[in-house]
Amino acid sequence: MKRDRPDKGLDKSRRDFCKTILLGTVSLAVPGSILAATEKKGLSDWYGTKYKPAEHLYAMGIKVDRCIGCGRCVDACKRENNVPDYPFYFRTWIERYIETEDGQTIVDSPNGGKDGFKAPASDKKVFKTFFVPKICNQCEKPPCVQVCPVGATYRTEDGVVLVDSQYCIGCRYCIQACPYGMRYIHPTKRVADKCTFCYHRTVKGLLPACVEVCPTQARIFGDLKSKASPVNQFMRFNKIFVLKPGLNTEPKVYYADIDLEVR
Amino acid sequence: MWKRIPEQIRHVVVPIVALVVIYLVVRHLLIPSSFGLWGHYRAASAVQNAELPLKYAGAEACADCHGEIASTKKEGYHRGVACETCHGAAYTHTQDQEKQKPQINRARSLCLLCHEYQSSRPTGFPQVVSDSHNPLKQCIACHQPHDPKPPHPPKGCDACHATIQRTIAVSSHGNLACSMCHEVPKNHKLSPRGNPAKLPQLRETCGKCHAQDSSASKEIPRVDMASHGGKYLCWECHYPHMPGAR
Repeated sequence: MKRDRPDKGLDKSRRDFCKTILLGTVSLAVPGSILAATEKKGLSDWYGTKYKPAEHLYAMGIKVDRCIGCGRCVDACKRENNVPDYPFYFRTWIERYIETEDGQTIVDSPNGGKDGFKAPASDKKVFKTFFVPKICNQCEKPPCVQVCPVGATYRTEDGVVLVDSQYCIGCRYCIQACPYGMRYIHPTKRVADKCTFCYHRTVKGLLPACVEVCPTQARIFGDLKSKASPVNQFMRFNKIFVLKPGLNTEPKVYYADIDLEVR
Repeated sequence: MWKRIPEQIRHVVVPIVALVVIYLVVRHLLIPSSFGLWGHYRAASAVQNAELPLKYAGAEACADCHGEIASTKKEGYHRGVACETCHGAAYTHTQDQEKQKPQINRARSLCLLCHEYQSSRPTGFPQVVSDSHNPLKQCIACHQPHDPKPPHPPKGCDACHATIQRTIAVSSHGNLACSMCHEVPKNHKLSPRGNPAKLPQLRETCGKCHAQDSSASKEIPRVDMASHGGKYLCWECHYPHMPGAR
């Protein structure tokens, strides 16, 4: 015999309730499991076996005094990584700093520096001026990885922060979290995108595209775990600095000859 | 056996076991098979990232076939400039020479990306003001891009060594010619890296003025060359370009 209930909507037996819960769980799990089953294991015969990520730790050195602001790195990066050619999507870019005699600092980066720089429009007296290349710092403690709600961005054992574009939901939380502004939403893939140190090149022993084309060797790339690597030499012979050291992100892009004004 | 377990426990155990089994099955089906292999991520994603197609071949790949140009370039000012900086991405070309020909951009605008005068560029980097520097000529009419040389070699050392020139100008050695201490090969100005200038190899280079028995002006400080410094060359301790040359 049924008990009297004031609300007819709740007029269900415990058995019915349990059935609904079970059915609901199963109906949610089926589409997901079909999706996961169609994905193959997806591992390769060389990555992880012939190439062992744990044996490497990549880093970049930037000699600010050598950058001539030609923008070849920005151009090469866009080609190598299919970064959209609209004016506001960049994995790397060049900033021009102009410090005027009245103590102002003007920073500009027209089209990321890809088409070179025109003479500055301001007629203020220049105290000093220089170019600074910017790129993902591949932090040791990356805030972007910490905030990703679906675990779609991660740091590999060789120290590169990557995005799993199949699992990224495009929520933009990582873009908010990155203190260096290095991420963007890819306009056609609708997922977060960022510099990977040209991961597909570095694991094969090639240089990242931006390092390859830099005509003045302002960018130096190498493996911190190899003593002979150019980046270890760079770190020995220069006084180095990282961007926003106070945030404790432990960047692995090291700058030499940098100015106090650079953020 | 089953019937001997109290009824209230039986009713609880069955749904709990069912839920755990469902959880394990669902977890197995939903989590990608390669997850957690190398860390808290899908290992297959790292592989996907590592297997993206290449666009730039790298200068070493170019030198395999174009060795002659590579060796010309190696001696000149442009030795640090990769082939693909000017000729564009050429991985397809290294795989199939017919499929893609790298670009040859002869326009002034390409050279000017690096060589147009910009106040932000580092001192000493060769720059021109293109509006007044042979505006109607192509750059390559005078400068061979694989081994660029200035048609008129720079007159003074300070054209390239501006930093040294600025320090030495305020030092006690400000009035000395660079060649007084540095032996400069004839072609140094045309091909500096192929013909590097030499540092003084003898203590007597400095001794000419600083030895006790030197005939130079009395104001120049003297040292006893026999007892001072031993086996070291003077510039191994004293930096002669610095003010005071300490």
